[in-house]
Amino acid sequence: MSARFDQKISETLADPRLQLAIYTATGRLMSHRKAVVSEDALPEYQELRTQASAIKRHTIENLDWYLEEFERNVIAHGGHVHWCRTATDVADVVLGIAKQRGARLIVKSKSMTTEEVDLNERLSHHGLESVETDLGEYILQLMHQTPYHIVAPALHLTRQDVAKVFEDSLGVPHDIVIENQTLTARGVLREKFLNADIGISGANFLIADSGAVTIVENEGNARLSTSAPQVHIAIAGIEKLIPRAQDLATFLKLLARSATGQPLSVYTSFLSGPRKPGEVDGPTEFHVVLLDGGRTKLLADAEKRESLHCIRCGACLNHCPVYRKIGGHSFPWVYSGPIGAIITPQFHGLDSEPALPFASTLCGACAEVCPVKIDIPKILLELRAEVRDVEKQNADGQLERAAFRAFAYLAVRPKLWSRVLAFGRRLPVWPLGPAGAWFSERELPVPAARSFRELWKERQGR
Amino acid sequence: MPARVSIFVTCIVDQLFPQVGMAMATVLERIGYTVEFPEAQTCCGQPAFNSGFRDEARTVARHTLAALENCEYVVVPSGSCAAMLSHHYADLFPASSQERAAAAALTPRVFEFSQFLTEVAKRKEVGAKFDGAVTYHDSCHALRELKIKDAPRRLLAAVQGLELREMDAAEECCGFGGTFSVKFAGVSGAMARTKLDSIVRTGASAVVSIDSSCLMQLQGAIARAGLPIRTLHLAEVLAGQ
Repeated sequence: MSARFDQKISETLADPRLQLAIYTATGRLMSHRKAVVSEDALPEYQELRTQASAIKRHTIENLDWYLEEFERNVIAHGGHVHWCRTATDVADVVLGIAKQRGARLIVKSKSMTTEEVDLNERLSHHGLESVETDLGEYILQLMHQTPYHIVAPALHLTRQDVAKVFEDSLGVPHDIVIENQTLTARGVLREKFLNADIGISGANFLIADSGAVTIVENEGNARLSTSAPQVHIAIAGIEKLIPRAQDLATFLKLLARSATGQPLSVYTSFLSGPRKPGEVDGPTEFHVVLLDGGRTKLLADAEKRESLHCIRCGACLNHCPVYRKIGGHSFPWVYSGPIGAIITPQFHGLDSEPALPFASTLCGACAEVCPVKIDIPKILLELRAEVRDVEKQNADGQLERAAFRAFAYLAVRPKLWSRVLAFGRRLPVWPLGPAGAWFSERELPVPAARSFRELWKERQGR
Repeated sequence: MPARVSIFVTCIVDQLFPQVGMAMATVLERIGYTVEFPEAQTCCGQPAFNSGFRDEARTVARHTLAALENCEYVVVPSGSCAAMLSHHYADLFPASSQERAAAAALTPRVFEFSQFLTEVAKRKEVGAKFDGAVTYHDSCHALRELKIKDAPRRLLAAVQGLELREMDAAEECCGFGGTFSVKFAGVSGAMARTKLDSIVRTGASAVVSIDSSCLMQLQGAIARAGLPIRTLHLAEVLAGQ
């Protein structure tokens, strides 16, 4: 385990205020979700999951086809499509557009893809001001923090925290009333919306047959970001494709329910192309930036390809008992929780944090709530096996490998197995390292004086 | 009704909780079965499988497949180990291999203990008595891989003198997770304490599960917290008279 991972976990566990904030917020999201996917509320829930999973599988397995169809349709509506292999390519595209338009101010709605490519940082290097307009993201931008959660970026903050941030950064009086905090942010952000040259958004879905971008949100800031400025740039990973507009009927029923427990989010926007002749508002330029960023590498891996089915609802984070203890910032990348644990090693390599696939009890709560049925525990197991292969090549992890070799050697020799374990049970403390780690948190079990097989033999001999 | 059942007691019951294996045998005999213990059994291999050591897991799986080859029914006092035998062995071997065929043949013959009592033996109760209130902990693999939720609860509720109290976090993981419990000891301990809080809120005097590994984790945390709560395997409760 890297020192960073270890330290972040320890810090999070040692902070009772943070522990309570994470546990309460995720618990609330869990109970809200439970209420709206119940048999009474949504009898077709399991069927929808099956359908969503099948659509995603089909799309991802035919992604080349749908991407080209999407591009054709965006262009037909008067939009532009940019293909980007890396984060740098994305920044270059945005900078190119900004330069052409002489832009200085950008408003941004929430997008994990732009977090992934660290867009704000890259833009600020070139003198562009890029302002987050989602309330949670705005607070985090003031704090110079990354999102704590895919859907609820400021999940770890209390209103007291926010009051302090606004007081320090905006010079407003300390106020812990959430409505007033929202009004403060709104006051600042309205100005930005009205003066922005470019609006940048993410995309929840890219629809191939209509060349449209779908965005779901609750605050209305995405709708403003994509309609007030003259230029709209939507940035999305290539896996966001779905074939047809009618497929939204399946995904929209699942996304908000899984994410926040809402039957539907407050705003659902369908954006296709720039303002058309006769239309009175909307941007005059419409760009879609499609990011690979390692996705085609996953696409080539038949065993783990389903990692690309994710629609970023965040339900796996809320339901993960490990995420609920270690929080979002312990994870090595912007994607945290179970989905982060499976995509980080696939995007950035296993050595980005070799312990990450092991940071799970394999309890399966993530897979149980995943609206597109990604078998996260299975992928974690695959990744664990891959970590061992790498260790073997690099002659790392020798002690653990030796222990498991010995385990397998003994397990196929029942008599020797029994004798060795009988001896082990009599040792004052069994294997010191693991027992010590166990003892740090719990009492050790008292080994039985005699094993089951000894007792059984005696009973049969009676 | 088949007269014979084989028990796969799991390494943890064999070495640390032999009374659970004995209790399971007692209950099975009480309802009319002849119980056999295939002596070549050791461990299902899950520790290696879950740790990413596929070759070692395969070695142990091959051994266990052979050890259980002639058993008509294999009853296991663990949802996790039963799921390993019935669900994951197949994943370890290539599609057309002999081992895959053996694993496929084993799958329908493996039953977690409460599953066997309710689905095969068709028992609603087994003539057990218990004095007090207990709460039931859903072990993750039993719940999510084997879909076992009602069977142990029904069996517990039918025990004379026993009051079953649901806890709010029944389906939350106890934090054991095999080597996770020592690799991420701090997280594991924190998870156990969250679970304990939920158990304590029920006021039950014991927590019951169908997996001894969860119970070992909870017992360790209960002892550290100095709480007057017992940990019992379902078999131990059902063996009581």
